[in-house]
Amino acid sequence: MKIRFLIPLFIFGLIAVFLGVGLKLDPREVPSPLIGKPAPSFSLPALSDPARVITPEDFKGKVWLMNVWATWCVSCRAEHETLVELERLNVAPIIGLNYKDENDAAKNWLQELGNPYLANAVDADGRIAIDYGVYGAPETYIIDKQGIIRHKHIGPVTPEIVNKTIIPMVTELRKPS
Amino acid sequence: MNLLRSLLATLLLSAAMNTHAAIEIQKFDDPEKQAAYKSLIAELRCLVCQNQNLADSNAELAVDLRNEVFKMLDTGSTQQEIADFMVARYGDFVLYRPPVQSNTIVLWVGPFLILIFALGLAIFLVRRQLIKNQNNDDDAEEESV
Repeated sequence: MKIRFLIPLFIFGLIAVFLGVGLKLDPREVPSPLIGKPAPSFSLPALSDPARVITPEDFKGKVWLMNVWATWCVSCRAEHETLVELERLNVAPIIGLNYKDENDAAKNWLQELGNPYLANAVDADGRIAIDYGVYGAPETYIIDKQGIIRHKHIGPVTPEIVNKTIIPMVTELRKPS
Repeated sequence: MNLLRSLLATLLLSAAMNTHAAIEIQKFDDPEKQAAYKSLIAELRCLVCQNQNLADSNAELAVDLRNEVFKMLDTGSTQQEIADFMVARYGDFVLYRPPVQSNTIVLWVGPFLILIFALGLAIFLVRRQLIKNQNNDDDAEEESV
């Protein structure tokens, strides 16, 4: 059999490989340029007490998670149980960034559904979220002891993500350097 | 003739669709800043409705980002500074015109390379066919002689 008759098969194989890889990717996902960069600074009022100010510097020396959420966000409702479970496992403190929300609605929500957050920073106009490159809540960041963003998860946190990504990474980052 | 007219009508209609804009109208006193604003919101992508630019999108994030562009221009930032600001937070994808750099060079140059390759292949195949025809004609001539 002449080799040249195999060329279309070869080209098909090549295209099939690209198709296979491509089908696994999400074209809507926007990778974050902030990975490896310091978590942008902010100074926001706490949900529980507006007189109290929360900044990322408060958590230096710890590995922590920042979860961008809002009561109007359906996917945030979907991931909430996973976050509550995550908090129960005592993996890492979870700081909430309450994104373009109403304080009363947020407080009621947490009261009803459980509060996995160590603290909640209120980003009423979403300006800080822009600094973090937020384009669709929920988004969750893993931040290391030096305040560097190490990972960003876009979309709801699932138990699979917790087991495959969050727990291993936090465990690794927690090791004394 | 009918086909041509309907094609022309389609073309004109689709051109007309591009003139819609988002609801709130930002106005600068300075015409230069106004032009800069219009240019920026046309070239920045809305990350929620990813096929629209900030000018056309009504997504909340687009409203917020338009405000941010407005504020930055108002306080004197340059277009480049604002573009850099957005890229630092959202990555190159936020620009409708991807920068020409090492990871986008294939995107920019690729189509031209493929075109040259295709033309080269076409020329090669056509010439080969012509030569074959030539040879056949010569053979036929020889036979008939």
